Amino acid sequence: MRIFDPHIHMSSRTTNDYDAMYRAGVRALVEPSFWVGQPRTSVGTFVDYFDGLIGWEPFRASQYGIAHHCTIGLNPKEANDPRCRDVLEVLPRYLAKDGVVAVGELGYDAMTTEEDDAFAAQLELAAEHELPVLVHTPHRDKEAGTRRSLDVIRESGIPVERVVVDHLNEVTVEAVAESGCWMGFSIYPDTKMDEDRMVRIMRGYGVERMLVNSAADWGKSDPLKTSKTAHAMLAAGFEPAAVDTVFWSNPVGFYGQSGRLRTETSALGDGDGTTFAGNSIERGKR
Amino acid sequence: MTAPNPAELRAALDERIDETAGRWLDEALTDIATGARAIGTLFPAAGRKCGRGPLVDDAAESGTLRTWSSEDAVRALLLTALPSTGSELGTEISALYRYGDAAEKRGVLRGAGVLREEAELVDAGLPLVRDALRSNDTGLIAAGMAEFGARHLDAPAYRQGVLKCVFLGIPLRDVSGVPERADAELARMLTDYARERSAAGREIPNDVWLVVDPAQLHPAEEA
Repeated sequence: MRIFDPHIHMSSRTTNDYDAMYRAGVRALVEPSFWVGQPRTSVGTFVDYFDGLIGWEPFRASQYGIAHHCTIGLNPKEANDPRCRDVLEVLPRYLAKDGVVAVGELGYDAMTTEEDDAFAAQLELAAEHELPVLVHTPHRDKEAGTRRSLDVIRESGIPVERVVVDHLNEVTVEAVAESGCWMGFSIYPDTKMDEDRMVRIMRGYGVERMLVNSAADWGKSDPLKTSKTAHAMLAAGFEPAAVDTVFWSNPVGFYGQSGRLRTETSALGDGDGTTFAGNSIERGKR
Repeated sequence: MTAPNPAELRAALDERIDETAGRWLDEALTDIATGARAIGTLFPAAGRKCGRGPLVDDAAESGTLRTWSSEDAVRALLLTALPSTGSELGTEISALYRYGDAAEKRGVLRGAGVLREEAELVDAGLPLVRDALRSNDTGLIAAGMAEFGARHLDAPAYRQGVLKCVFLGIPLRDVSGVPERADAELARMLTDYARERSAAGREIPNDVWLVVDPAQLHPAEEA
């Protein structure tokens, strides 16, 4: 089984996780830029974080046979801090990079006017750079936040097939399904969504435009939730082809719209994590 | 420690890239030379436009091109098109490195060896090499130890660089300056490293024998 995790924050995970993910079939992933737990207070810390997403983190992933890409953006939570607003100025530099396959995570946290402005400005950047967009939906007041996000997306004129609206649940999926945007689901140990509920949603809505991720980060989360959901699908009677659609073809189709997706590095890994894939230099055993 | 010249890079590249990519490169070189477009907008796109694989086919080839990728060669050529010289050129390559992703940083480090040597360029390039050698990314470290770094690092930094390569499993035949710059102190450091591995019952990387005399590994037994 080949798996593409379309949303996982690897910077906050260990190499043991990369190893376990490879063993579970993960061969590609996208790491969206987001909040890092501790609020940042300057543009400089964002720049170092972004540099990690296009530097050290892809290297670390490649050592375990996993192709790493990222999304770059100013997240809604920190868009509210005037000390972080100038991050918008440095984004164009990063949106030109090879490993960047979307703008994100954008959207709402507390639905403030500052969040409105940052959201709209970054949708414009996405249009300019012809990149897909990853939209985060809020934890609180989720349904209203999702509807407002869809309104902003519609008003921006960005093609809906280039947008994924993430962290959906039973209540918010319908509006996104109707909008034409891609539907994203984060499978968590006990909050946003679990494997069995996900299977029920796919029974109702099918597997087209569905992106299922682990969204694993520094919180209580599990980087193998993609694999566990795939197995739950099989156990529930889904065909292997449908599982492959959700966990490979869909993320490849969505992020592939950037024209920058590379999944070939994954084929070069030798499976035991000792070869530096994608480069002729052998890493050797330390 | 002699880097390939631009003509060699272009010849190897022409074997690798199609007409569309070749045209993109020609236009990019002209635009940089005339100032029509900034190198900063073209540098990130090198891999997308011209490919990323090894520049030459045979992995066993001993020539200097063996460690180069196509995108490295493209970026080195883009650097050679810059009209600036001296400290101005140094400032430009520093910015490309600072704002580059890992592949762009490698392009700067390898490309610096292809540029005409100037004191101001060396002053600007050495901090970039040191930055790369502080990282743990084997691709960056190998590029830091390519021709430019090997020519200009002082002896202590060069020795540390070689030791780090051995430590991380970067083949020493990919490191510029071995054996020319391998001095007695480097041999001592690698001998100590080999002893440490031996004492731990761990495998000794084959590469150390390029510099280490096996007879020195257990001198007490020899006596």
